[in-house]
Amino acid sequence: MRAEHAPRRRVVITGSGVISPIGLSTAAFWDSLLAGRSGIRRIESFDVSDLPTQIAAQVRDFDPEQYMPRKVWRRIDPFARYALAAAVEAVEAAKIEFDEELAPRVGVQIGSGYGPSTVQSQVTLGLLEHGPRRVGPFTSAASAIDSAAGEIALRFGAKGPSGAISTACASGTSAIGEAMRWIQYGACDVVLAGGADDSVTRSDIASACSARALSRRNDDPENACRPFDKERDGFIMASGAGVLVLEEAERAMRRGAPILAELVGYGASTDAYHPTAPHPEGAGAQQALRAALADARIDPSEVDYINAHGTSTTLNDRIETLAIRKVFGDHATRVPISSTKSMTGHMIGAAGAVEAIAAVHAIRDGVVPPTVNCFDPEDTELNYVPHTAQQHKVEIAMSNSFGFAGHNAVAIVRAWKP
Amino acid sequence: MTTEEIHEGLAAILQEVAGNDPAEIQLDKSFANDLDVDSLLLVEVVVAAEERFGVSISEDDLKEGSTVGDLVRSIQGVLAAV
Repeated sequence: MRAEHAPRRRVVITGSGVISPIGLSTAAFWDSLLAGRSGIRRIESFDVSDLPTQIAAQVRDFDPEQYMPRKVWRRIDPFARYALAAAVEAVEAAKIEFDEELAPRVGVQIGSGYGPSTVQSQVTLGLLEHGPRRVGPFTSAASAIDSAAGEIALRFGAKGPSGAISTACASGTSAIGEAMRWIQYGACDVVLAGGADDSVTRSDIASACSARALSRRNDDPENACRPFDKERDGFIMASGAGVLVLEEAERAMRRGAPILAELVGYGASTDAYHPTAPHPEGAGAQQALRAALADARIDPSEVDYINAHGTSTTLNDRIETLAIRKVFGDHATRVPISSTKSMTGHMIGAAGAVEAIAAVHAIRDGVVPPTVNCFDPEDTELNYVPHTAQQHKVEIAMSNSFGFAGHNAVAIVRAWKP
Repeated sequence: MTTEEIHEGLAAILQEVAGNDPAEIQLDKSFANDLDVDSLLLVEVVVAAEERFGVSISEDDLKEGSTVGDLVRSIQGVLAAV
């Protein structure tokens, strides 16, 4: 059954950038995913001796000077540095130039769950120890969740709408989906969209531990994140950023842009059930999955790959499996479903963005990345792509994100056909 | 403390805070016009200078177009008054 729809502007992806615990570029990230490499290690950047969880997936060997001047990176939080670096890669890949005519039509939408955690704790500690004079002049800007979007707009002279959507663990997917609407409705022709977080801090680890959300498998970091495995015991906090260049399709074709895939569907919903636990039947998740499929104007059976939210928490993986079963019916046992968080950890606001990028690459390369550490699957009839990557022809891929506060967001990408 | 010592200390701060090349930090250089140090970044420079030299500098002493020499003289003035 297909209803008649008014024609709408099509949105394509013409570039991507990734800063992640398993690679500091899209290519390095994708190589690591296909090789099944884990980025999870013992935390060494701050004291963890009194924390129940002492492991995380941090961005390592990142040199901000490669991407931005010293006075820029000094004034912003690491999450915004990662976002700006990912945007630099994405813009270079898209071979796009923001001239005076285009600039007012270029938007920036960078989602984040926790935002500038490090700057915020430094301000509080500095104020307590040294008083207000020690609170720096850029704090007002840098301690806000929109600071990544602001710095990216400043760097590229993007003068269309900009900002930061915050939907916890779904922020990256929400940002991409809402940015797609900006282009569809004609508010923008190009949007730099994605997500970023750097929540591997003492305060964020402590709070996620108190919420009983994190794995405590401290003595075995690489096996700690086990999405859809029955022995899973929580998620792994991670840092990173992912940015996509979204572009109105006709414009991209006119300028001969490198079109990676088309962004065809977005669905969002809210559980309205509990601050951290998902709805027991995944009602909100199902609603978002169905909304995205309807928006993409496709049947569930047409989906060739699902990049799952797959956090490795007891509740998420059980309920996401249930939601996929409900929405996809028989097709659930045929479609490969993997969680790349098994390798990257959970990059919170960046997760949905880098996972959408993984979905794009699955389409382009005809290979889906694995779920590592899935030894004893939650549902034995589903293909969670355990341990190693699998070859699959993928024309349509879905990326799921389900966050605390019941925020659900789902994006669908499709092989580009003019 | 000599003018040279204060000048050297400010050069180190500007290199750290604003990424300036120490060679370009001469007494007649204007923060805003020559060194690309705007009024907000200058606040950071001044707070770092206060800590380094153990002084308190009034923001009124530093206006748009202030030079490195102006800041050196402010610091010297405070130090002399102690």
